[in-house]
Amino acid sequence: MTQQYNKPLPHPQGESDVYWQKAKQHELWLRRCDECGKAYFYPRDISPCCFSKRTSWMKASGRARLHTFAIAHRAPTPEFAADVPYVPAIVDLEEGPRMATNIVGIGEPTPEKLRIGMPLVVTFEDVSDTIALPKFRPA
Amino acid sequence: MPRAAKKKSVAIVGVAESDQIGKVENKSSLQHHAEAAYNALEDAGLSIKDVDGFLTAGYSSMVVAEYLGITPGYTDSTAVGGSSFIIHIAHAMAAIQAGYCEVALVTHGEAGRSRRDRPSADPAEPGQQFEVPYGFLGAPIGYSLAARRYMHEYGEDRVRQGMAEVAVATRKWALKNPKAYMKDPMTFDDYHNSRWVSWPFHLLDCCLVTDAGGAYVVTSAERARDLKKKPVWVQGAAEAHDHAILSQMPDLTFPISRETGKKALARAGMTHKDIDLAMIYDSFTYTVLASLEALGFCGRGEAPDFVANQRTAPGGSFALNTSGGGLSYTHSGMYGMFLVLEAVRQLRGECGERQLGSPKVALINGTGGYLSSTGTVVVAVD
Repeated sequence: MTQQYNKPLPHPQGESDVYWQKAKQHELWLRRCDECGKAYFYPRDISPCCFSKRTSWMKASGRARLHTFAIAHRAPTPEFAADVPYVPAIVDLEEGPRMATNIVGIGEPTPEKLRIGMPLVVTFEDVSDTIALPKFRPA
Repeated sequence: MPRAAKKKSVAIVGVAESDQIGKVENKSSLQHHAEAAYNALEDAGLSIKDVDGFLTAGYSSMVVAEYLGITPGYTDSTAVGGSSFIIHIAHAMAAIQAGYCEVALVTHGEAGRSRRDRPSADPAEPGQQFEVPYGFLGAPIGYSLAARRYMHEYGEDRVRQGMAEVAVATRKWALKNPKAYMKDPMTFDDYHNSRWVSWPFHLLDCCLVTDAGGAYVVTSAERARDLKKKPVWVQGAAEAHDHAILSQMPDLTFPISRETGKKALARAGMTHKDIDLAMIYDSFTYTVLASLEALGFCGRGEAPDFVANQRTAPGGSFALNTSGGGLSYTHSGMYGMFLVLEAVRQLRGECGERQLGSPKVALINGTGGYLSSTGTVVVAVD
């Protein structure tokens, strides 16, 4: 599986190393602004809410709700041809931030199986020796 | 008071496409830039030697200016997606008013269909890390995610019908435009039966992918009055963006034209009632619905009713995207340029079979990225 994975992989940057290291341990971690207490996504050292350097890492619950989704029927690049139809989605994490992901664990995706607002839980797909992608499945 | 130009300080005086648009094999994006520049200058009755300001997107203005053989004293590579060429109108205006240049050339060229290579992205960009690995690639997926949220808020069936109305009406305009890529009529059944690209988008919710260039020339009132064509005066403009990647968009149903529409109209000293033609970037049918609401032509969630019964088709009461739009005329990748060309031609009365009587005022609204950036400009003739 790991050898055959040919889809685009994230290239961690200095300020996202922790995020991807934790993901590899199957944990979802977020940055939090200690100025206002809000979690934010995607990770960066200076917070986008307050433009503060007083920021820290926190472990997320892994619970989320479906904010929106699509069902990709046409592969955007050849690497995704084996995946269609797949479900690009945006989820509202319990801690507040929104993130892009895929909804998995529903078999062949159809609009009827997906309901905006439905509860979801994080699951991790190990795609390389260093990367696991956080995805979501129905809770 | 008659609806007509109130401000006459800066005008668009020349517009053109590249020599051929549609499927043009073996021409690079830069060739489309140059041909469109050549044709727009000819349309204006100006020479390349008159150009002292240069604006473009896609490539750096350095690259295109060198290719054209010009040495601009004002340079602007503002690149925020397909809206860039709307925003360039305002930047050209500001530069002319500040005395930085007198004749500004704005060019676009994109061999969207036939180009030989695609640029690779910077892996450090947030989208490459946090969206692309999930198959968030290309505009249809991003915009369909936004459209699905809008359907959830305002009702799937009526939104679907609104999207169909836009697709069908826009095709009717294209059939009146000899330069349009799509030549066949579209029925509602054609729309509903077209295959899924990214649900909830059918193929016929999506813009074309063509090869095309476009260019326009902006100059001062003093220069404009002596030129070949009727000046199209810039009345008011505004620009903004509120995110880059889709998952960071504050509200998927309410793009940042919520700000630029209001500001551009206020700066023009006009209201929605003054607008004879709306040229609204139609990357997707949904983009039109969301933009109509954000621009304030109707309330939130009302756009499906606003476009009902082919209101935006030829003969309808709201003139929209009379070129046939990105959906049916041409869409090279960053389509915004072509909104400007059509607005100028309609105000000059050059549109042949699709000409709208004698429109005086047009609103142009470009959207770029993933509903990320907008530029709104109001233009008018005497």
